[in-house]
Parts: sequence; structure tokens; C-alpha cells
Amino acid sequence: MNIAINIIYIVAAMLFIFGLKMLSSPRTARTGNLLSALGMLLAVVVTLFDKGILTYQWIITGLAVGTVIGFFSARLVAMTAMPEMVALFNGFGGIASLLVGWAVYQMMPQLPLLQIITIVLSVFIGGVTFTGSMMAFGKLREIISGKPLVFKGQRIVNGLILAGIIVFSILFGLNPATSYTYFLIVVALSFVFGVMFVVPIGGADMPVVISMLNSFSGLAAAAAGFVINNNILIVAGSLVGASGVILTNIMCKAMNRSLPNVLFSGFGAVTEKAAAGTTQGEAKALSPADAFLILEAAQSVVVVPGYGLAVAQAQHVVKELADLLEKNGAEVRYAIHPVAGRMPGHMNVLLAEANVPYDQLIEMDSINPTMPTVDVAMVIGANDVVNPAAREQESSPIYGMPIINADEAKTVFVLKRSMATGFAGIQNPLFFKENTRMLFGDAKSTVQQLVSEFKDMEN
Amino acid sequence: MIIFLLLILMLSIFLGFELISKVPSTLHTPLMSGSNAISGITLVGALTAAGTDVNGWVAIALGVLAVAFATINVVGGYLVTDRMLGMFKKKEPAKK
Repeated sequence: MNIAINIIYIVAAMLFIFGLKMLSSPRTARTGNLLSALGMLLAVVVTLFDKGILTYQWIITGLAVGTVIGFFSARLVAMTAMPEMVALFNGFGGIASLLVGWAVYQMMPQLPLLQIITIVLSVFIGGVTFTGSMMAFGKLREIISGKPLVFKGQRIVNGLILAGIIVFSILFGLNPATSYTYFLIVVALSFVFGVMFVVPIGGADMPVVISMLNSFSGLAAAAAGFVINNNILIVAGSLVGASGVILTNIMCKAMNRSLPNVLFSGFGAVTEKAAAGTTQGEAKALSPADAFLILEAAQSVVVVPGYGLAVAQAQHVVKELADLLEKNGAEVRYAIHPVAGRMPGHMNVLLAEANVPYDQLIEMDSINPTMPTVDVAMVIGANDVVNPAAREQESSPIYGMPIINADEAKTVFVLKRSMATGFAGIQNPLFFKENTRMLFGDAKSTVQQLVSEFKDMEN
Repeated sequence: MIIFLLLILMLSIFLGFELISKVPSTLHTPLMSGSNAISGITLVGALTAAGTDVNGWVAIALGVLAVAFATINVVGGYLVTDRMLGMFKKKEPAKK
């Protein structure tokens, strides 16, 4: 029986692997996800046949509650709220691993040292993932201020908490059967550490944090796998762990910052001084009616969307405008910066929701070489990701950050409410360039005006 | 046993790196929610913990909670990923 179960686990692992492999193209991705889900179903069903399981009533209760909550949250969540949802789910994965470790200890307090170590690991990683994710969720939802909370001696406090976790883990490990209190202290300190770890990180850096917690939730599952000696948990958990690490890395590179820099120095706090840089010249405003004339003659248009576009819920109008432009004979593409949106790949999902075909969503590195041939680049709700200071001004805090070279297009439209600075609080020389025109006002209504100009022309 | 498990851990991490680095950035959000669902594999561990005929309500409570949280992760994660991936469409051939 046990061998049969393990063979099914291997099949499940293979399905996870194939599922992830099929995510390499939007064409096969959906099937890949189904395969992965099938693997999960297999693993769960076969576990239910495990002869170690004696009572089913509690299992069914837990499964039912989880299914209902999971089902409705997946159906109802708005695409703009995906980062929050992923943060929340990361946290749930973490707490589940913690609870598994705890439950095993609760049932068999007298365990060999090796297993005690794995329990401590799964409790620690799980606990940090849980509270860290809840903090990230709070910051994204703006229940908690997005400002980085930095105070003197923060690292010392964190160091002390970590030291405490190690000390109490050792005390617990020395005599696990009689050290329930020490165990609970480890749980509590892990929770505290998770909070402390996310508190100093600013709202704008949450993409990095979510990616990292994603990785942690995988590692927590792998740790739980060591606790119960289960291969499938280790395989699946480390796949997720690796995925999170890669995404974290991509996010950091796209923001031109190292991971320690994101984790330990509240960004907003540092750059305010640097932001008081020079303003160069005057920005030239343009009315939607004049903008229409330029767009009408354009052969090639690139839209550079930022999160501001999603906030204004302008994706759908932008798509409408794009359709009209295409009808008019222009080629329309979207230039997606890796940190556009609030989590890795977020902007692509938001545009896909507005029915933008994925072959028009172009990554930064592919679109930049073609920028000089573009007639009009429309920057909508983006700022720092098109800031040429990142290329040109060595003194700029974002110097070296990879950007979309919107300024190289023949004409640049910037749709913006006012001249205010972006997330990073840095002046943007793009606004003052010769070929740049500012379209002030709410992005959605500006695009709407352009759309109606086009429609008028047709009639 | 532990060496064997560590070997599995190491190989899976390498495999994970290979697989994930091939995912285009267009699909990074579904990748995250999908891998999130995979990390719900803890459910397998939770089931074992909740199903053992145990002594005391604490162990039961821990097991049930673990099952519930992991199930949210699995069900919600896969469904929302499917919902997102369903939105990614290729350009339709020009109408009319």
C-alpha cells in the first residue's frame, strides 16, 4: 500500500513539473495549470487512502471550509487586487506548514532530534511567512501605512529576536517532551519576527516582498515535508521556493536595488533629499484635440502603462483607443516594464483582462531597440519606469535602473494629472524633453476624449 | 533517510530554477498564484495529521485548521490562476 501511495506521489510530482513547464507559453499555460491541479488532486486522494488515517469527520470539515472560502475568493477577487490575494494565500500556506509541524509534535512529543529540528524549521519558516504575509497584505490594502517604519536599533532588535528563537529552539530540542512552553515561545517569536521583517519595507517594494514570501511558503512546505518524511512535499515545496527566488531576483534587478537594500533601508526615507534636484525648462502641454491629429498620422504607437492606468481603471478605454488606431492602420504595442503594476507580471494580467491580446504585450528588452522607429509613445500612469535620468544622470537615486526608452520615440505623450513626482519622488526629465507633450488630466477621461475624436472622424 | 531527502531537495531546487527561468515575464503573476497553489501541497501533510486518531482537542484543532488553510491555498490558487490564464488570448483574426 505504501509503495502504491509513493508511486502516485511521483506521478503527482511529474504533473507539477510538466505543469510548470507548460507555463513557458501563454498558449499552453492554462492546460499546464490544469495538469498541476490534477497532480494535486491525485496526491490528496491517495493520501486519504493512507491507512494511518482513521477519522474522516475532521478532515471533511476542514476540506469543506477551505474549499468554500477558496472557491469564492478566487471567483470574486478583482484583478487589481491580485497582489493582496497572493499575499494572503502565501500566508495561509505558511500557517498550514506551521500547524502541521505543531500537530506532529502535539501527537508525539518524544521525537528524535532530527525530527525536532525539522519541526522547529517548519514552525519558524511557516510563522514568519504567515505574519509577514499578513503585514504585506495590510500594506497593499493600505490598512497599514505603506510608509517604511524604520527606527533606531531596528537591526539589533531583530537580531535579538532571532537569537531568542535560536536559544529557545535549543532549550526545546534538549528535552522536547517536557518543553511545551519553550515550543510556544518559538512559535510566538517567529510570528513577531515576521512582522518586524516586513515593517521597514515600503509599500512600493511590496512586489519584492510578495515574491520572497512566495519562496518562503514553498520552503515552509518543504520543511513540513521533512517533518513527516514525505517526498512530494519536499519536491513541490522546493519548486515553489526556487520560483520565488527567481522572481525576487527579477524584481530587484528591475528596480536596480540589491535585496539587502530593499529589506533594510526604507526607500522613501532615503531619497527625499535627492529628489529636490533641478527642474529643467518647461513642460509643453497639449490638448486632446491636437493629440488626436498626431495619433491619426501615426504608423506605430506604443503604450507604456503604469499602475496609475489600473488605478484609473483605464485599461478598457485604452484598448478601445488601440482598436481604433489599428483600424486607422497603425501598429499598436504595449511596453511592459517588469515592475509595472504591484506584483511581477501584474500589468499583463490587467491588460489581458481588458482583452488585449498577449502578443501585443512586449517586454522591455524587446521593445527598447525598436523605440526610435516609434511615432508616438503614450505614457499612461507610469513615471519612474520611463525616467531617462536612470540612464543619464549619475547623481539620480534611480541611476542604472533599466527603463523603457520612451524618450527615444519621435513623439512622447505623457498622460498625467499634474507635474507631481512618482513613487520614488524623483523629478522626471522626460517631461521637459523637446519631443514630449503633456496631456494633463485624468488619464481615463483624456483617453476617452481621444476615442470620441476618432469616432467623430469616422462618422 | 535524511540524506536521501536532502538529495531530493537539492535536485528539486535545481529543477525549479531551470523550469521557472523559462517562464516569460508576461506570465509571472499566474506563475506566482499557480506556484502558490502548489505550495498548498502541505495539505497532504495536514491530512495525515488531522486523520490520525488522536488524543485531545488541541491536536484535532491544529489538524483541522491546517487542512482548512491548505485547502484555501490549493482551491483558491488553482482557480484564480485558471481564471487569469483564461484571459490571455491571442490576437483574433481581423473581424469582418
